[in-house]
Amino acid sequence: MSATPLLRCTGITKRFGGLVAVDDASLDVEAGSITGLIGPNGAGKTTFFTVIAGFAEPTAGAVTFRGRDITALPAHRRAEIGIARTFQIVQPFAGLSVRENIAVGAYLRHPGREAAMARAEDIALRLGLGPMLDQSAGDLTVAGRKRLEMARALATEPSLLLLDEVLAGLNPSEIRDMIPVVRAIRDSGVTILIVEHVMQAVMQLCDTVAVLAQGRMIAKGRPSEVASDPKVIEAYLGHGAAKRMQAQQGASHA
Amino acid sequence: MGVRARAILSHGSMMLKFDIFLSALANGLLTGAVYALIALGLTLIYGVLHIINFAHGATLTLAMFAVFVAHQAFGLDPYIAVFILTPLFFVLGYALQRAVITPASHGDDGNILLVTLGISIIIENALLAIFRSDTRSIDVPYGFSVMEVGPLFLSTPKVIAFVATLAVAGLLWLLLARSDTGKAIRAVAKEKTGAALCGIDVAHIYAVTFGIGTACLAIAACLLMPTFLVNPRVGNAFVLVAFTIVVLGGMGSIGGALAGGLIIGVVESLSGLYFGESLGQIGIFLIFLVVLLFRPTGLFGAKA
Amino acid sequence: MKGGLFTSGYGPILIVVVALAVLPFGFSANTTLNFLGFVLIVTLAAQGWNLLAGYGGQFSFGHAAFFGMGAYGIALAQVRFGLNPWLALPLAIALGALTGTILGYLSFRARLRGSYFALVTLAFAEVFRILANASTFTGGAAGVLIPLRIDAANFQFADKRSFYWLALSFVAFVLLLTHWIARSRFGAYLVAVRENEDAARALGVDALAVKLKAITLSGGITAAAGCLYAQKFLYIDANLAFGPWISVEALLAPIIGGIGTVFGPLAGAVLLLGLGEITKTFFTWLLGGAVPGIDLVVFGVLLILCVAFAPRGVLGVLRRILPAFRGGRA
Repeated sequence: MSATPLLRCTGITKRFGGLVAVDDASLDVEAGSITGLIGPNGAGKTTFFTVIAGFAEPTAGAVTFRGRDITALPAHRRAEIGIARTFQIVQPFAGLSVRENIAVGAYLRHPGREAAMARAEDIALRLGLGPMLDQSAGDLTVAGRKRLEMARALATEPSLLLLDEVLAGLNPSEIRDMIPVVRAIRDSGVTILIVEHVMQAVMQLCDTVAVLAQGRMIAKGRPSEVASDPKVIEAYLGHGAAKRMQAQQGASHA
Repeated sequence: MGVRARAILSHGSMMLKFDIFLSALANGLLTGAVYALIALGLTLIYGVLHIINFAHGATLTLAMFAVFVAHQAFGLDPYIAVFILTPLFFVLGYALQRAVITPASHGDDGNILLVTLGISIIIENALLAIFRSDTRSIDVPYGFSVMEVGPLFLSTPKVIAFVATLAVAGLLWLLLARSDTGKAIRAVAKEKTGAALCGIDVAHIYAVTFGIGTACLAIAACLLMPTFLVNPRVGNAFVLVAFTIVVLGGMGSIGGALAGGLIIGVVESLSGLYFGESLGQIGIFLIFLVVLLFRPTGLFGAKA
Repeated sequence: MKGGLFTSGYGPILIVVVALAVLPFGFSANTTLNFLGFVLIVTLAAQGWNLLAGYGGQFSFGHAAFFGMGAYGIALAQVRFGLNPWLALPLAIALGALTGTILGYLSFRARLRGSYFALVTLAFAEVFRILANASTFTGGAAGVLIPLRIDAANFQFADKRSFYWLALSFVAFVLLLTHWIARSRFGAYLVAVRENEDAARALGVDALAVKLKAITLSGGITAAAGCLYAQKFLYIDANLAFGPWISVEALLAPIIGGIGTVFGPLAGAVLLLGLGEITKTFFTWLLGGAVPGIDLVVFGVLLILCVAFAPRGVLGVLRRILPAFRGGRA
């Protein structure tokens, strides 16, 4: 195993009153990887993600980044040390142009206007938003807004990018277009943690996948391993599903 | 002077102090009931439409002037005028919400606040232009009559206002709990999209709610006028009081508004007693600020 | 700064300021100068509001709190402590700024937004008004009278034009400041917080710090307007300094002129007060006597019409109609 991973979450628990949304979940994200976090609806993915991004504090557990404890670090400070996130429900600055939207992110490393604007343009071109630079962000299509989310986050020049369901709400051809974009980001040296509902895309993209079900981490490993893990199949398809599938497969083999 | 004599004397002054305290308390409760009625309209509008009606105070002023005019020009007693003004103000509220507030604010909260501010500026200054800044009151034969309750002398019109407020709150509760319109109002308050899908006309229910909130003001005005003065700026004094009550009781809660109104009435009366008339109002604002800054869900609301 | 005077946007500011500066050579009537001086005071107060609400999205209904701090600050420093008004000026501005910081800290820490923030600012202004009206230190209901000693060294001018130019220099300074902020990182962060606070935080924006900075600046600017008011009229009381009138005019002017723009407060104040004068004159002529409040009725109607039909204010409408006005947007 390599040294300490880029991001390590240990024993994260988050309670809302009596409800335990995340229960003692741990996750490592290795530098340079695309790590996927999947799980059925209501598994606690979004809560877990929110804790990593610093938008909620865990009831118990710790988040470390490059070996440093950041559990109590506010969201904007996390951006400073190199963690950027996108939002599942896209949150554009609707009154601003695409360029100005991205520039807000770019200002983090480039305090001057000229530099920030230039940087914003670069990133827009990389993400295929070039033609929309001067459009109002409110006028973009859903796919455009998802790209804008990523562009803004990338403009903060993160070493870890947290993607919250960037593929949700896109049609199959838009998803196909988005996959190389995410890969290119990783290839430029940014580690990615992606929370996703769209299984197929995750299998294509990720080096490692972790599965959260009912707040617990039930499986970790390479996508192919995880996909055939009976616990995962049961979590997605219900109790006894794994057996039924095996039986079916057995029957068809026979 | 012997020890015993001194004890008797101080006992006597304590009795006197206690009497004053008791009557301040009772007066506070009586005034608080009318505050609660004003706040009831505000909290109902907030609870259903999720908007803050900044024109609430100015509309109350308008209602008080309406009572004044009804009395001066037509010789109508406020307790009779209430039966004419309440439906009139319901219609006014309904129309304002449907014809002005909704179309002008494009569904944006900040805009709603600005539009209702605009309405309040218009009402207040139109009244100023018509009636000038003089303070006016109406002269009714029972204006100064009192009734004896135990050791206390209570102003009859204030007792009537107290009882009437409880009756109105009860009626409102019945309306919301039992009638079809009430059920529709509660449905819209909880989940307007769902309500719309069930065939409820949300725009109509919004306007009805606004109308009811405004009608509460007409009732409050009729109950207030026998003992209160009116001038074009009188609503300002009430509006923050009403907001305080609503915030204190938890935004949108009818029981909260009732309890909050009584509390605020007592606080005002007691701080007036101990700190003097001019600083009496400070107590209300401080409660307002402290609750908003430190417990925005209100005293009775669940912690967010 | 790359580009010429005009591409950087400072050109229009220069033109407007120069035009306003030569205005007194055209009129010499004292009433006109008085009116223009008052317009500039309202403009300044509105510029403070515009920075916080127009750019930062935090709608205050109680900018009188800052205006009054400035007015009482400069007046009491002279009357109670014998300070020279020029010395008192920066202190009073600092007092307004500090009031902004404290008020902002309390409300933003409590995560108050929208209507709640508006109500809290209003309540603060009312608390200050009642206190100023009751305390003997502030002169109670009788108010504060600044002794008449006309001398430029005493911030009292024999020539009305001097006061006008002084007020204009304040307004000009804030025009430049606003324009500079609008193109700076701070300005971008401020607008980002207005548009979507969570998204801004995710991009490294310390939303609380940005809002605090804005309300501090805003409080200082509006306090400066209060200082000018006190020195112009040499008399203030609780209703003049902390009363709702200035809270209302400080927010009306930018909304009518063009919220969140450099020139909005100035354009709005000119239009608003000009229209107010016309209305008052017209009704006096029509009815043979002054009608109090009639100008404010017009303001209220204007506010609703603007919110309904011209969300970008009069300047926004002009920009839509006249292509020449485009490009000037910050």
